[in-house]
Amino acid sequence: MENRKLIKIATAGSVDDGKSTLIGRLLYDTGSLTTDKLEAIEKTSRQRGFDYLDFSLATDGLVAEREQGITIDVAHIYFNTDKTNFIVADTPGHVEYTRNMVTGASTSQVAIILIDARKGVIEQTYRHFFISNLLRLSHVVVAINKMDLVGYDEDVFLKIKADFDALVEKSNFNNEQITFIPISALKGENIAKKSTQMPWYLGNTLLDHLEVLEPEDLQEQAFARLPVQYVIRPKTDAFHDFRGFSGKLYGGSFRVGDQVTILPSFTQSKIKSIQFFDQELEVAVPGASITITLEDEVDISRGDMIVKSSELPNSEKSITATICQVNHKPLRIGEKYTLQHGVNRVLARVESIQSKIQPDFSGEETTDSLKLNDIGKVSFKLSKAIHFDPYQVNRSNGSFILIDEGTYDTVSVGFIV
Amino acid sequence: MSDLFIPNPKEAESIHILREVAAQFERPVLLFSGGKDSITLVRLAQKAFYPARIPFPLLHIDTGHNFPETIQFRDDLVKELGLELIVRNVQDSIDQGKVREEKGRYASRNTLQTTTLLDAIEEFKFDACIGGARRDEEKARAKERVFSVRDDFGQWDEKNQRPELFDMLNGRIEQGQNVRVFPISNWTELDVWEYIKTENIKIPSIYFAHKREVFFRDGLIWTANEHVYREPHEEVVEKMVRFRTVGDMTCTAAVLSEAETLQTVVEEIRQSTLSERGARIDDKRSEAAMEKRKKVGYF
Repeated sequence: MENRKLIKIATAGSVDDGKSTLIGRLLYDTGSLTTDKLEAIEKTSRQRGFDYLDFSLATDGLVAEREQGITIDVAHIYFNTDKTNFIVADTPGHVEYTRNMVTGASTSQVAIILIDARKGVIEQTYRHFFISNLLRLSHVVVAINKMDLVGYDEDVFLKIKADFDALVEKSNFNNEQITFIPISALKGENIAKKSTQMPWYLGNTLLDHLEVLEPEDLQEQAFARLPVQYVIRPKTDAFHDFRGFSGKLYGGSFRVGDQVTILPSFTQSKIKSIQFFDQELEVAVPGASITITLEDEVDISRGDMIVKSSELPNSEKSITATICQVNHKPLRIGEKYTLQHGVNRVLARVESIQSKIQPDFSGEETTDSLKLNDIGKVSFKLSKAIHFDPYQVNRSNGSFILIDEGTYDTVSVGFIV
Repeated sequence: MSDLFIPNPKEAESIHILREVAAQFERPVLLFSGGKDSITLVRLAQKAFYPARIPFPLLHIDTGHNFPETIQFRDDLVKELGLELIVRNVQDSIDQGKVREEKGRYASRNTLQTTTLLDAIEEFKFDACIGGARRDEEKARAKERVFSVRDDFGQWDEKNQRPELFDMLNGRIEQGQNVRVFPISNWTELDVWEYIKTENIKIPSIYFAHKREVFFRDGLIWTANEHVYREPHEEVVEKMVRFRTVGDMTCTAAVLSEAETLQTVVEEIRQSTLSERGARIDDKRSEAAMEKRKKVGYF
């Protein structure tokens, strides 16, 4: 495929903020809604007696949702312009929003937080911004929607901006770039076309703003980590002694000749070759799914991690993490789980729950369990050390999931502090 | 040695997923239809495990109504890459009385495949079935997980899906459960076509414009053939057509096209305003058609 840049976006909004309409509008304005989908939207809009096109129908997926008229899970939507591929993780704004938004944001680089211009910054907005903060999304777009319903009034926009700025003051993550854009998703103002209704707004349209983001801006600058997913041993005549270590490279680059350390054994070696399919590479950059070979015969298996010897991660058997509970079964002190850190699994026991954190910057309280959608600070004891970086310096090597030993469900996600 | 290699993020993600399948499951299988998506999966699997062979077999559920070009292509590909191919036939499920052939105007063996597939999963004890479905194909697919757990009846419970966070895939399952894996979940139809072009991947000839005996019904172009039910008044004509998806003949409509090369096909897709599933007769039955089929174990 053409090597377009890829921008991954998580959207957050409350019920009726017009989020589905916004996404439908982005699809429509980029020519991504096909004739048959558009026909289906026209037909259903007519059946429901609307005198406009209900673009939200483009994304509302499952039968149950169509019946209730609300989205209930994370849906992925795709569109592209000539230069950029976009993936939108659309997460709903009601009861289970925490779990869903955390999930959607975990694979995203940009958050779009939608605010209804008539309602302004509400409690939900606090929560949406809290989560984009928790996940450390570096770019946040605050899209102030339904400007058509407030007469495209600049004062309304400025008031909401000031309220949001007050919220930003409370956050402990100050590296994000926050952009405010006044829009009307329904009317298509400042989505792909610059609004003539709001001459006072001098910034980019939403689509222009998203398009100018460069992968370098979104790529995390950290140390290189190669979690070994799979050991390749062809055992064919041509590759009789080949032992390749495959995985996706995170954080930084690897170069042939780099002195590396293999964890957990702390064995040292040098990178002999870096391969991608039948190509030999001199350098591998973050995000590449590669296979490397080493100068020495080293015993390496799945779950091990290869790092540069000068850039060792933390190796600990006791960790503390911010946990978001994503399953109905609560997390309790003393409970045992399988902890999956990247592709490595160890056993973990909950030692203590230090606090439950209100997801709206209002503080912490004590608790002995975390229920679905709760966020808290939790200490674990592990059966073996894991080799991690704090989440704030390396998203992929600083996060983990907890798997329930009985149901095998993913019950929690953790961000190591 | 080449210049700085810039990874294609979608390709890198798919390779990551395929390696997770090989590492986390004991008996994975790749569901191969002979269509462009499953052909793309084969190329990605080659890349994921090179220089070793692809460490799982291909499974083709043959409706008996496939385009002969597809079957020929399948056999050639398997031979060229030294892959293991398992074929199970819908006809056998019909003969065993497990499913009944549909009758009439819209008769198709497409939905019957589910039974044959579930039987094959049981027979070989497959714990992971790798499929080429993409989230952009259809609304119900947009919520599908990369690792999608099915119960021992093959059913999909869309309300109880495991959340998938970051790149971490949880493939742990109970005895009898299996996982459907979708490594190209995040690709669009255009991504697939551009990839086929960049990688110069061979695909069956019916994807390119060719002369074919067809007839028109409900605004769609149907193949005129003994497997496809046709009313006496539905007149057969010869047209230049190609297919955008390659499934069972009874549910795959053609589009008028002059595109005879990959370059012109990609150009056509780029400009196209008819979505891919718009040419799938099975989805036109009702708006919720796909979701209903997925719940009972369809691909």
